[in-house]
Formats: sequence, structure tokens, C-alpha cells
Amino acid sequence: MSSTTMNSTHPLIEVDHLAVRFTTPNGGVVEAVRDVSFALHRGKTLGIVGESGSGKSQTALAMMGLLPPNGAVTGVARYDGRDLLTLKPAELNRIRGDRVAMIFQDPMTALNPFLTIERQMTEVLQLHRKLSRKQAFEQAVAMCEAVRIADARRRIKMYPHEFSGGMLQRVMIAMALLCEPDVLIADEPTTALDVTVQAQIIELLRDLQRDLGTAIILITHDMGVVASLCDDVMVMYGGRTMEYGSAAQVFSQPAHPYTIGLLDALPHLDDDGDAPLRAIAGNPPSGGAAVLGCAFAPRCAVAEERCASLRPELLTFDDADGSQRRRACHLPIVELPGLRTGNRVGEAV
Amino acid sequence: MNAFNAGAVVAQNPIQAQTAGDIPLLSVEDLQVHFPVPNSRLPFAGKRMLHAVDGVSFEVRPGETLGIVGESGCGKSTLSRALIGLNTPTGGRILWRGHEVAGSSAHRDPLLSKSMQMIFQNPIASLDPRMTIEHVVAEPLITHCPGMGAAQVRERVLRIIERMGLSQAHLQRYPHEFSGGQCQRIGIARALISEPELVICDEPVSALDVSIQAQIVNLLKDLQRETGLALIFVAHDLAVVKYISHRVLVMYLGRVMELADKRVLYGRPHHPYTRALLAAVPRPDPMLQRQVRVTLGGDLPSPLALPSGCVFRTRCQYADEACAQQRPTLDMMDDGAAVACIHPQFDTVAGEK
Repeated sequence: MSSTTMNSTHPLIEVDHLAVRFTTPNGGVVEAVRDVSFALHRGKTLGIVGESGSGKSQTALAMMGLLPPNGAVTGVARYDGRDLLTLKPAELNRIRGDRVAMIFQDPMTALNPFLTIERQMTEVLQLHRKLSRKQAFEQAVAMCEAVRIADARRRIKMYPHEFSGGMLQRVMIAMALLCEPDVLIADEPTTALDVTVQAQIIELLRDLQRDLGTAIILITHDMGVVASLCDDVMVMYGGRTMEYGSAAQVFSQPAHPYTIGLLDALPHLDDDGDAPLRAIAGNPPSGGAAVLGCAFAPRCAVAEERCASLRPELLTFDDADGSQRRRACHLPIVELPGLRTGNRVGEAV
Repeated sequence: MNAFNAGAVVAQNPIQAQTAGDIPLLSVEDLQVHFPVPNSRLPFAGKRMLHAVDGVSFEVRPGETLGIVGESGCGKSTLSRALIGLNTPTGGRILWRGHEVAGSSAHRDPLLSKSMQMIFQNPIASLDPRMTIEHVVAEPLITHCPGMGAAQVRERVLRIIERMGLSQAHLQRYPHEFSGGQCQRIGIARALISEPELVICDEPVSALDVSIQAQIVNLLKDLQRETGLALIFVAHDLAVVKYISHRVLVMYLGRVMELADKRVLYGRPHHPYTRALLAAVPRPDPMLQRQVRVTLGGDLPSPLALPSGCVFRTRCQYADEACAQQRPTLDMMDDGAAVACIHPQFDTVAGEK
């Protein structure tokens, strides 16, 4: 049900009614992800955005079978028709790292400090591709060159601490792409980086996707990064999908008060920067408390009485460009506040 | 070396207050913070110098916000820590209302630390986990105004906490009970309770969510309007800096690349580095994003082995032989911008209004 690609082929990734619950040591239950569904086609990019605690990272970890022991997942997460959530560990291990790869947020902690980059990269190839150490080395060097690590043949023999943050993130990307995966899940791949390095990484992901046809799930809190890379975007809040549609449409005509709030709160370079920012009042939900109505209602500027008690359904409507959009809000779109003028898409050009 | 007394140099020094009669609150002259770094792990190995801050000069006037931007490792945090006295400068001078102040905070006049406060990057880690919020916020007041009665302290704490959008009910709680945004409000309350004239904010919003970041930026702007507070706002996010600053200083490898009025710096940046930084910021507009952008290649050179001449030349598309020969001075342009570049650019940037 990808909104931009309504072609006849099956989506590569299909997630249906995914939910993640954690039991806390004192017997409490935290619902981190509630009823999330999305689909992703080959060569496309889906952005999942939301603030901390919105459940975006847990969605990815659940798909990859990487939840901690106190986490339980329900629903379906199909890769190429097979449900990742019901696979045996051995079967999952054959897919994980090979067909579906993940880039973690913090490259400094995601790599093993005791092993050289070479050792960590060739391990993947030896395991999944049954390559010899020598073949694996050559391929690892080639991939490091592809992500533009200069002097790769020498640098690959170094340890993680000898690299800068930007370089390590490239190593992470190179490692994830070694087996030319069909799907790349990138959890905040540029958050720890400077804007100049971030721009390089974005360009790199765009090139690699063009060359290899990889489908990317990009998890981020940065609307700018989403706009640079994504075909579709899903906005999450309090573990639920608030809005889901084609990026071009969601950015130009957001149909949920939370999406509008997120875009408005963003400081904009093309603005004169004199007017105050439009902040969203209140704090993000802590996740533990069960929410009866809309999760965003306590912070929503246009919330009505029913919003606090009745949860809005995620309903589908047709967008201006023929793609489909889903949104979960009681209020009709015409009654939502407009975007702050400085943030209007297209007018800045 | 006092650049401010030599007439010829002053003309080139846009760092100075532009309105006559305005006494700068804080002047920084050719400030240097160098750290000795051992050459190897051997005990008697020679030391090399890491030039974290290398000849930075600027002024801050009362009630204005100076933004300081740059990539990680450019020395912006070292600079702000040197201003407050947490790092000892190895050269140059810091003047408060025209009077030179000692390098480290231990030797400073207590009155100065009352007037100059700091807000830190990680809101939760910067608060003592074993102190109640009341104690956290009251501490600077107890230190700086020892004669003040307990009732008066409490009243001041309550007043500032309420101004920050928190309530009396929060006072007896501990930092871990608050979210990141609330902790940053408490950090601001602690910085502002002694009624300082200048607050140095080191990446105060970079750890916060977008919606909370907007709340804090608006709060700081409102407080400045109400109290005439001057701010030094250190951040790597150029868009946030644009919203809060009057003037912006761009740093690269410990040196000032460009210092200009906000409108000039964002509308018509002259330094190639400023241009590259601005071009790298992702815009939240899918249409605009599909255009090809010029990105800055390569990594930051090691601060232990700075390039000769202009430090940016190794990544600069306009660099030529002259750039390697001489270190560019910070020169004043017609529009009031100060630029350290021998090939300053003057056309407007594509995509900018």
C-alpha cells in the first residue's frame, strides 16, 4: 500500500498491525508501538519520523528481531512474502545482514572496538557469502571505496577509534551494503554528524540506491533529511501512525495537526528568522500510560472534546497526485491550521 | 597584541560595536586556547600544541545575541568555556566592560561570575542528580548573594521557575523526574536567577526534540526582550542560530572565518566555508531537495597539523597558491561583514531569498 508506487508488483516489505509491548520489572506494561502498518517497494525510500519515544526505532528493531527479552511483538512483518516475526532464528539470521541490513544510530558504539574494520566487514561476507578471507577482503575494500573512504586499502586495517564520526558512519553503511541487501533500515544515520558530513552521507545513500536499487527505511527526527531522501513518509507519535503518504504531498499539504506542528516548529533557513517559532506546547508522552483517545490530543492546539476520549481511525483518502494518504484525526482537513508562511513548500524557490 | 588600539587595524575590525557610545559588555581580543598534546605515550616525549582556539576576536553588546557556529572540532565549545573561565586562555585578552578579566574562573571577581552565566548542552547531565530542583536553582543565589534571607531566596526561585513554565509543585522533585525539555528550563532558571547580563549557551537545544527546541528558543528570545540580557549562542544548527542571533560568527579549526549581521551572513555569505555550511543544511522541502547541491568534500584536517595559510584551503573550491602562502586577515566588507578570505564571494546564493 505504498502511496507513490501503486504498481502491480508486490511490495518488498509489508508490515501489518505491528505492535510492540514491553513488560517492566515491576509488572507494568509499556506499549511502545501500537498498530503500525506500512509497505515499501524495491528502490523506494520510506521515512519514519517522530520525536523521541514515538516508537520509530522500536518498529525497526522489532522487524529485525532485535527486541530485548522483555519486549513482545505482534502483527506481521513480511519481507518478500515471508513473515520475519515467525521465522526460526537460523532462518532469520540468513536474511538479517544479508538481504535486510541495518545501520544503527551511533557508529561509535555499534562497532566492536577490539576488532579492525577489516575483520568486522569480512565476517559478514564469510558468513553469508562463504567467501574466503582474501576474496572478502577485496570486496570489503571495494565497498569502502564505494562509500568514498579515501585510502581504503590501508584504512580498513585500522580500529574504530582511529576513524572520525563521519568516517565510521560510512564504515557502517559500507558494512550494511556489503551483501547488496534488498532492504536497508537506517536508524538516524546522520544524527550524530555535522551538516557537511550529513550532506555527503545523504548524497551517498541516494547514489547507492540508484545503483543497487536498494529499498531504504529511514528513521529520523529530521524533516530536512526526510525531504532530501524519501518517497513516502510516515509520521509517528506515541507509538501510533498519525499520517502516512507521499513525501511531496505530506510536506506541501500536511493533513494532521502533529505534522503541521512538526513542520512549523522547524527553524527554516529561508525564513528571515525574526518571528518566533511555533512551538508545540507540552512534552512528548512517556509511553507508559494507556491513551484512550488520540495520543496527540493533550498537545494539540485544535483538539476537541472527543479527541481525548475517542481514538481517531487511520483513514485513507486520495491525494492530489493520485497517491493515497492515511491520517488519524477527527477534524476535517479544511479546519486544520495552515502552515506558517515561511514554511510553505515551493514558495522559497 | 592589542588590535583595538591601533587605528588602522580598528577600521578593519567589524568585531567592534557599530553604534557609537555603546560600551561592549564583553570584548575578546586575539584569544588563544592551545592544549599541549604528548607526541607519543613515552613519558618524556615532546609535546605538540593543539590550537583549539587560535586568535579569535569579537565583541558582545548589551541585549544582543551573538551566534557562534561551526562543525564539531572547530573550537566553539572551547571558546565558550574559555569565556566563562573553565578553560584557561594561553593568549589574548577577555575584557568585561573594558576591564581585563583573569583567565580561570577561580581567579575571577565573584561579581563577574554573577553577571556571566552558562547553559550547558546536555540538560539532564548538567544538573546534580542528588539535589532537588529548588536547591539546584537557588544555589547560585546563595553563593552570590550570601546576605539574602531564606524567604527571599525562595520567592526568587518561585518567580523564576514560574517564568520558565514550571510550578511550585516541581520544586521538591529531582532532575531524573523531568523530561529533557523541562531539565533545560531548569538549567536556564539556574543560569538566570542571579540576574546575569550575559548568558553563554553551549548547544542548549541540540539534545532536544524539534517541538521542544522551538519552545526553548522562543523562551530565550522572550527573556532577552524582557530583561535586556545578552546571549552567546553556540550551536551547530544554522537554522536555529538564524532565529535567535543578531550577529553570527562562523568558526573553522579555531579561527574566525566570517562574522556578520544575520541578514548579511544568511542572505549573502562571503566566505566559501559559510556558503558550504549553508548549502549542506537539508531543507524540509522535497521539491527543493532534488536539486543537485555542492557538498563539501573531505574531512576536517587534524588540529595538530593545521594547513599553512588559510586553514580552510584544503577543502575550498576557490583555493589557489596564495591561500597557502599567507593567513588571511579578517577584513571588513562594504556591507559590514568581516571575512577572513582572500577570495571573498559576492553573488547571492542560489535558493536564498
